[in-house]
Amino acid sequence: MDAENKAIGESVIFRHALVVRLTHWVNVLCLLVLLMSGLQIFNAHSRLYFGNNSVPENAVLVMRAAQKADGTPVGLTTIGNTTFDTTGVLGLSTSAGGQLEARGFPSWITMPSYRDLATGRRWHFFFAWAFVLNGLAYLAYSLWSGHIKRDLAPSRPQLRNIGHDILEHIRLRFPKGEEAKHYNVLQKLAYLAVIFVLLPLVVLTGLTMSPGLDAAFPFLVEVFGGRQSARTIHFLCATGIVLFVIIHVGMVLVSGVWNNMRSMITGRYRIEPAE
Amino acid sequence: MSAQSGLNRRGFLTRISAAGGALLLGGCDQLSQSPTFRDILGKAEGATQRVQRFVLSHRSMAREFSESELSKHFKANGSINVEDASYQSMVRDGFANWRLKIDGLVERPTSLSLDELRRLPSRTQITRHDCVEGWSAIGKWKGAQLGPLLQSVGLKPNARYLVFHCADMMSPGAPYYESIDLIDAFHPQTILAYDMNEQTLPVPYGAPLRLRVERQLGYKMAKYVMRIEAVASFSAIGGGNGGFWEDRGYEWYAGI
Repeated sequence: MDAENKAIGESVIFRHALVVRLTHWVNVLCLLVLLMSGLQIFNAHSRLYFGNNSVPENAVLVMRAAQKADGTPVGLTTIGNTTFDTTGVLGLSTSAGGQLEARGFPSWITMPSYRDLATGRRWHFFFAWAFVLNGLAYLAYSLWSGHIKRDLAPSRPQLRNIGHDILEHIRLRFPKGEEAKHYNVLQKLAYLAVIFVLLPLVVLTGLTMSPGLDAAFPFLVEVFGGRQSARTIHFLCATGIVLFVIIHVGMVLVSGVWNNMRSMITGRYRIEPAE
Repeated sequence: MSAQSGLNRRGFLTRISAAGGALLLGGCDQLSQSPTFRDILGKAEGATQRVQRFVLSHRSMAREFSESELSKHFKANGSINVEDASYQSMVRDGFANWRLKIDGLVERPTSLSLDELRRLPSRTQITRHDCVEGWSAIGKWKGAQLGPLLQSVGLKPNARYLVFHCADMMSPGAPYYESIDLIDAFHPQTILAYDMNEQTLPVPYGAPLRLRVERQLGYKMAKYVMRIEAVASFSAIGGGNGGFWEDRGYEWYAGI
């Protein structure tokens, strides 16, 4: 949302500023590449730990291939003390070439699709730079233009009525008329959590895995409880971002996909009249 | 606009998106193999190196740990032995006749026995070893500091890198090698380690001598070091990228 939600014609407002639209789509591309190349990097050692040491007793997640008593290969995923059979998806899956292979995440979600840590790292670090610079551009614009204060900070009445909003969301009933000109309170809180918690955290935990930056900023490792903890939190943040995107895209689909898409491409958003 | 044309447009956009998705996924593998595109992606390494070098002072130290934090199991990765017969005979006699050669752009080329290395100024450090694959382990290393050793042999003014030539073949016909610049070479924690966890460096960890460069990833820390060569450029060595893994697409600057 931008400026004074300038009315264009009868029921169309100008919702998203050019900088917001541009950084949004650059962010989509960056996050997609970062996720897929990140899973390639994860596959080089498909285990997660807490602490500074990759010893089995510190493991919280293990994906591996094994053999059943009769020799059939299986993919196993262990979270904490519970093991799941995840054959075909996690631990053991079919490669792009059609062969069964031991790998954490399957080939259709890693970049490159075949096992290649060096190339996965190239994609990841290039797009990590793009992601950070894009995020900084968004933040600078949003602080300077008042976008965050005006459009994202929930108002007191909104916060008071949060229960009502949650019920309306569950029923998939979305605001119309005057109310539809602003983000609702759940949207605002979700966007704020992603912009100011999840995304900064994924960057910081990523940087904490760097032995170079750990020497420059030793407190980073302390804050996250060790390099392996940072790697685990990095993975959890990525999971959180994926969950956010699923809900975000779901909401876009059910609340008027074409209107929403157009507003994020051209900036124009049609307001449905209140009943 | 009629409902009919709207539907058609939607159908068209949906097909375009689906085709775009398939192209994107297939295209990524193609891009991954394109030398030009790989070079573009590789530009990030320069940015990372410059920023890290800016925030790291020459004295910024990798964190050191206490004895109680030592890993009970330290994974021996990469080469864990050297097939070569002359290496095997050196193992049998405890590397009594092994000598580390130091040559290239140095004023006084030299070679040192293990005993001579042990008499040089040493440093003991308990540090975290971070593998590019993602795992970490904590070990205790003792070795000769590289900085004072380089001062004693005297680097020529045009020396910019140190290349570590190793005894192991990671793949047939491709001996392992690595290179570091002078910033890392003169860092106090950069040592030529001959002891690990208070024992003589075992063969799987690079006996008789391995490099420790504590602010970078494990693959920089060459094992089975036989020769240190000071060079102005590493473009004529191996595949020309400064190391065995660098020749296979990994970053020369492995600070992340």
